[in-house]
Order: sequence, then structure tokens, then C-alpha cells
Amino acid sequence: MLHRRKGAIPYLLLAPGMAWLAVFFLVPMWYLGKMSLSQGLFPIFSFGWAWANFHDAITSYGVQFERSGEYAGIATIIALVGSYPLAYWIAFRGGRWKNLFLLLVIAPFFVTYLIRTLAWETILADNGVVVRTLQHLHILGSNGRLLATSAAVIAGITYNFLPFMVLPLYVSLEQIDHRLIEAAEDLYASRPRAFYRVTLPLSLPGVFAGVLLTFIPAAGDFINAQLLGTPQQYMIGNIIQSEFLSVRDYPTAAALSFVLMAAILAIVLVFARILGTERLTVAA
Amino acid sequence: MRFVRHHLLTGYAVLVLVYLFLPISVVVAFSFNNPKGRFNYTWQGFTFKNWTDPFGYPGIEGALKVSIELALLSSLAATALGTLVALALVRYRFKGSATTNLLIFIPMTTPEVVMGASLLTLFVNWRIPQGFGTILIAHILFNISYVVVTVRARLVGFDRHLEEAAMDLGANELVTFTKVTLPLIMPGILAAGLLAFALSIDDFVITYFNAGATVTFPLFVWGAARVATPPQINVIGTAIFIIAVTGMLTNILVQNLRSRKGAVPA
Repeated sequence: MLHRRKGAIPYLLLAPGMAWLAVFFLVPMWYLGKMSLSQGLFPIFSFGWAWANFHDAITSYGVQFERSGEYAGIATIIALVGSYPLAYWIAFRGGRWKNLFLLLVIAPFFVTYLIRTLAWETILADNGVVVRTLQHLHILGSNGRLLATSAAVIAGITYNFLPFMVLPLYVSLEQIDHRLIEAAEDLYASRPRAFYRVTLPLSLPGVFAGVLLTFIPAAGDFINAQLLGTPQQYMIGNIIQSEFLSVRDYPTAAALSFVLMAAILAIVLVFARILGTERLTVAA
Repeated sequence: MRFVRHHLLTGYAVLVLVYLFLPISVVVAFSFNNPKGRFNYTWQGFTFKNWTDPFGYPGIEGALKVSIELALLSSLAATALGTLVALALVRYRFKGSATTNLLIFIPMTTPEVVMGASLLTLFVNWRIPQGFGTILIAHILFNISYVVVTVRARLVGFDRHLEEAAMDLGANELVTFTKVTLPLIMPGILAAGLLAFALSIDDFVITYFNAGATVTFPLFVWGAARVATPPQINVIGTAIFIIAVTGMLTNILVQNLRSRKGAVPA
């Protein structure tokens, strides 16, 4: 009797939360899938296996897809290379104040996303200090701009998703048993060699998790391109957003969403095979 | 040489921190700006008047109120639902736990535009008018996964002998849970709740797809950015930043003091 009651307990605990996820995540995905194969004009769409939607979406907006991958990829690499030394410094040199340094890293992100990005718009503005200094140093031409360039959009993306890189890196570096590194040095490994052979491999789960957690929101982002770029810098997120909310061509927008989702899911599955889902979520 | 390398790394860390705080200092500085036109992009002069009148721009107070209400309700609901799921996942071995893990994980790897769009499609199909209710549904949804992950991390390191001791001393399951388990995992639950609150109050993309005529603070900023950027936006942004950071800072300092005294091992 007691045993049977125990058997039901986990399901009772799961029921409300999982029901919410099922109704408001899985069901909407199903509707989105149906919409991506529908035809018609707002507000009347009818389902009809319209696979051409996918073909049209990819041929019309292939450029934006490629650009999303490119911008998100570059931003992820910059974030990784830039924040690894910082995460390392906090994990190995932070001492008692590790949490304080960690807070300093996260703190800027308590300022609302849009306000942060508007602040970058101010910093990179055409008559701002940065642009004028760069013009003065002849790094930028006299009419050179930072705003409305790919560089500005990539910089914005890198900045806005940096904590997603720093935190998993920090977690995996912090967990490393220092005795392993000492052992390597006792066995006459030089410090760089000890780093490449011991520290770096042990921090790889954090690297994978960080890359994933940065790349995904970066690839779907449209705010940076909208505020720091022009339509020449628009990413797939901008297209999905305007197709849904301005053009109201739901089938095309739904098809685009599915292609984006599929591309990202493919990357996630590759990472999950390397790490296992449990590890991936824990690192997250 | 070692000395140089040691300080090279420290110097680099300081540089990155400066970079991280650069836009924040701009936000704070421009909250004291006295802009001549409608846009708050160039420095015109110092003033306190934005701070003495933070709601001195039509719509900003209502938007902030909506955001706070949404953040409170969605973080409470998501924390309750997510904590139960985390308890089930850590405490019990059951059929379907792998599927459950996957269903928790996938929303976190779904781009916000896609999640926002799929919810929009649902509400259109079910003819549910968009507004406060639909935003709340969406916020609870994206918060659940983050709560599960945060609470689970705390539960994994939990010493089950403490519960066994309580049971040995005659406590039943309910008493053990409320008197032993719950207080011990409370820091994890609180952290999850705060994270959910922060994610909700900052969310723009998913809200944008499902807001109808309701305006949250980020939506207000977005709408405002096209016609004007009142310095009050910077005031509210700075205020939220200061409240959040002060809260976390206090928490860290208290923990550090306690661990120094050896009262509670860190």
C-alpha cells in the first residue's frame, strides 16, 4: 500500500508544472507547425500541407539565416575568448570574494535589456566620443560610422549575452580540483602545459555549455540588429518578428520559426550527445 | 615573470569589468541629463529633476506597475510549479524522468522569437484575446525551466541523513518536509524566485508577441524609443539596477561574514 502511494508521488509533484509546459509549450509548437503548412491571408488561414512555405521562406530569407549564423557565431567566439580569462581569474584568484566578482559580472544585466542596448546606441553614436576619437586617430574615415554597421550589431550581441558565457565557464573552472594541477606541475609539466593538458580539458563542459547558451539567444535575437543596425544588418529574428506582427503573414513566419528551431535543435542534439542532457541542464 | 603574468590577468579582468559597466555608467549618467529635445542622446546639463519626478512622463508609471505585478505573480507561480518538479526529479526514480528532463530543457534552448510566436499562434487559434493574462501565462512558462534547474542544483547537494534523523525521532513525512527539508532548500527556492522575477521584469521579446494592448516597462521603452527617450527611462532603469545589486550585495556580505565566523559553513 505504502509502496504504491510512493509510486504515484513523483507524478503528482510533476503534474501541475508539466501540464503547464505541455499546454503552453508543446501545444503551441503543434499549432505553429500546422500554421507553417497553411495558406491564406490574415486572419483566415487554412491547413493544407503547403510545404512550399518552407521552400519560399528559405529562398527568400536565406541571406538573413546565414547572417544570423555568422553574427551569432562571431559573437560567441569573441565572448568565449574574451570571458575565459575573466572566469579563470575569478575561479582561481577570486578567493573569498568570488561571489562578489561574480555579482560584478552579472550586475550590468540588471539594467533592462533595451535600456542597455539604447546606451550602446548612445556610446556608438555618430557625434559621440568614441567615433570622434577613432576618426581623429584615422582608424575611421572622417565620415566613418560605428552605428548601422555589422560590427556594432555583433558587438551589441556579444555584450548582451556575455553572462551566458561567463557563468558556465566559471562553474566548470571552479569545480576543478587544484591538486590535479599541482600534480601536473610536480610531474614537471610547465605551467602552460599544465593548463593545456589539465585545466583546459576539465573546463570543456563549461565551454560547450557557454557556447550553446550564448549562440542560441544570439541567433534568434532581433533587438541588436534593430537598434544598432539597419535593414542591411537584419537577422532572421527581425524577419520573423515583422512577418508575424507587421506583415501578418503567419504561415511564412511560422515556417521561418521552424527552420530556426530545427537548426538550433540540431546543434543542441550534437552537444547533448557529447555532454548528456543532465550535464547540459546542470551547467545551464 | 610570474609577477607580471599574475598582474596581466588581473589587469585584463579589470578591463573586462570596465567594459561591462561602460553602458551602465552611460545609463546612470544620462538619468541626470537635462535634454533639450525629445531624445536623451547627447549631454545637455546636470539636473536632479528626473529623479524627483520619476513618473513625470505619461504612461511610464502604469507600465512599471504592470511589469512589477507580472513579475510577482509569474515568479510566485513558476517557483511553486518548478520546485515541485525539481523535488520529483531529484527525489524519485520513475518512468519518464528522461522525457521530463528533456521537456524542461527544450524551452531553454528555444529562441525567444519562436516561443513568443508559437504562443501567439496558440492564442489566435483559441481566440483568446491578448493582454495581461496571456503575458502572465507566457512568463510562467519560460520561468518554470529556470526554477527547476536552480532548485535542483540545491537539492542535489542535500544530505538525506538529516531527514532520516527527523523520521527516526518520530516526525512523520509532512512534519519532516516542513521542518527539515523545506528550510534547508529555502535558499535555492528563494534564488529561483528572484531569478524568475528578474527574467520576467526584463522580458521583451515574448511579451511583445503576446501583449495585446497591455504595456509593460520594456514595451514602454521600445515604444518610446521611436518617438522620444525621456530621461525617466534611465531613472527607472538605474533604480531597478540599484535595488537588485544592493539586495545581492547584502546577501553576499552576510554570507561572507557568517562563513568567517564559522557559524555556517559556506
